[in-house]
Amino acid sequence: MNNIENFQELQELARDNKRFYEIFMDLECFKLEKSKDQLNDLMLSHLNDMKASIKNGLSNPKLSVSGMSGTDSAKVAERYKNGKNLPMNKLFEKVLSYSLSVIEENQRMGKIIACPTAGSCGIVPAVVVAYGEELNISEEKQINSLFTAGGIGKLIAQQVPLAGAVAGCQAECGVGSAMAAAAIVELLGGTNIMIINAAALALKNTLGLVCDPVAGLVEVPCVKRNAFFAIHAVSASELALAGVETVIPMDEIVVAMKQIGYLMSPDLKESSDGGLATTETGKTIAHKLVKLWFENN
Amino acid sequence: MKYISVFDIVGPSMVGPSSSHTAGAVRLGLLARRIYGRKPDWVKFTLYNSFAKTGKGHGTDKGLVGGVLGFSVNDVKIKDSFKYAKEQGIKIEFSMKEDFSRHPNSVDIKFYNESSMLVSGNSLGAGEVQINSINGFNVDMRGDFPTLLMIYKDQPGMIWKITKFIQDANINIATLHCERKDKGQEASTVICLDSLLPDELVEKINITPGIYTVRSIDMLEK
Repeated sequence: MNNIENFQELQELARDNKRFYEIFMDLECFKLEKSKDQLNDLMLSHLNDMKASIKNGLSNPKLSVSGMSGTDSAKVAERYKNGKNLPMNKLFEKVLSYSLSVIEENQRMGKIIACPTAGSCGIVPAVVVAYGEELNISEEKQINSLFTAGGIGKLIAQQVPLAGAVAGCQAECGVGSAMAAAAIVELLGGTNIMIINAAALALKNTLGLVCDPVAGLVEVPCVKRNAFFAIHAVSASELALAGVETVIPMDEIVVAMKQIGYLMSPDLKESSDGGLATTETGKTIAHKLVKLWFENN
Repeated sequence: MKYISVFDIVGPSMVGPSSSHTAGAVRLGLLARRIYGRKPDWVKFTLYNSFAKTGKGHGTDKGLVGGVLGFSVNDVKIKDSFKYAKEQGIKIEFSMKEDFSRHPNSVDIKFYNESSMLVSGNSLGAGEVQINSINGFNVDMRGDFPTLLMIYKDQPGMIWKITKFIQDANINIATLHCERKDKGQEASTVICLDSLLPDELVEKINITPGIYTVRSIDMLEK
């Protein structure tokens, strides 16, 4: 069985309406020499770890070592527990608070599933678990949606390494958002074309996003970006489910992303030598943290 | 090209916050400890560059210590690895340095017990790691193959003697790297294999005249 090289090949393989998750599952069974049951069990264990990270994050809103993040998920949950005149529904609240709780748990050295990276670990779990709970979607379908999301990420990763240091945040939170958009369409039973459109719309809208973390830590702007990009995935999925289509095909978007990553200054690719990291406040925080650590050792 | 699995994208299960600065640190610790091959009673870490500057916020120190204690990348005990090191009677020391001739995320790990060993390595990103020096020998070990490491007296026939045991086990050699400090002095060979050499053959290599150190090092878990 040959590897799937790109999105065009994927769409050709799905001509007879085979679902994407089935195609990726067959490929993984062959390449990893494992049975479907074994792969489903592994994905279920990842899903359970995702659920645990959401729960742990929400129930333990402590500040991270740097003090820059850690309590935002609880704030959102609190607003929806007690607030009046709330404009958004429970699903919206859960997507926001779950994405924050996972990435905050990550920052506190809790256990997470990198998805696709540790710095973007809140996006996919937030939508899969929130939609699963609020729309009573079965565990089996949630697992299938993770295979869809992982497959979309895999096809992108074959062209561009998913690392901020290589292609900026478009390759981390951007890809996470494309994966999450695809997962939502799978959860809601949209067509294969809609899945590709959802991923394409989400990815296209994140092109050019730089990686400029303050003090080199996965915190500012990463924590809040996970929340924004989870909602971004919701928007992309709704557009795609309504029949909105991408003008630029997915494979060409990935080429554009690779080119942009190449053109992006190294100062804006995880080195913390530009952007938010070198703002006055960013530099002050970085200096303070370095001093603190060197003094304690 | 290496196959990229869906589980490379949705996964791995790990303790945060960073694949390079936390998970990579754990894997460097794990690999270094396997190379040292015994329980140390004192470990001195020197962090360089980005590892030194951002390590505290990323838990790089806790990750390295956790790895040395044998914790896997998703073990929540990593957060308290200093406490566990103390319980096991292992003394831990850290220092920070800037040296731009070194990789941005690099570390020296010096183990002490009856014998000492200096292992240096880099975290390459996405959890991938490389040990690039052992007691001054240049190596390139990434934990992606079962590996044999030998340090021995530089003299004729040593590589033949070692590889003979590997042939006896009918194991295929993927890569082989040799180096010596000077003629007739210490030499090193690192052999990546397609499967782990059985213990009894490792012992036979160990008692071969001229061999100073032999380690059979299993792959790191993904």
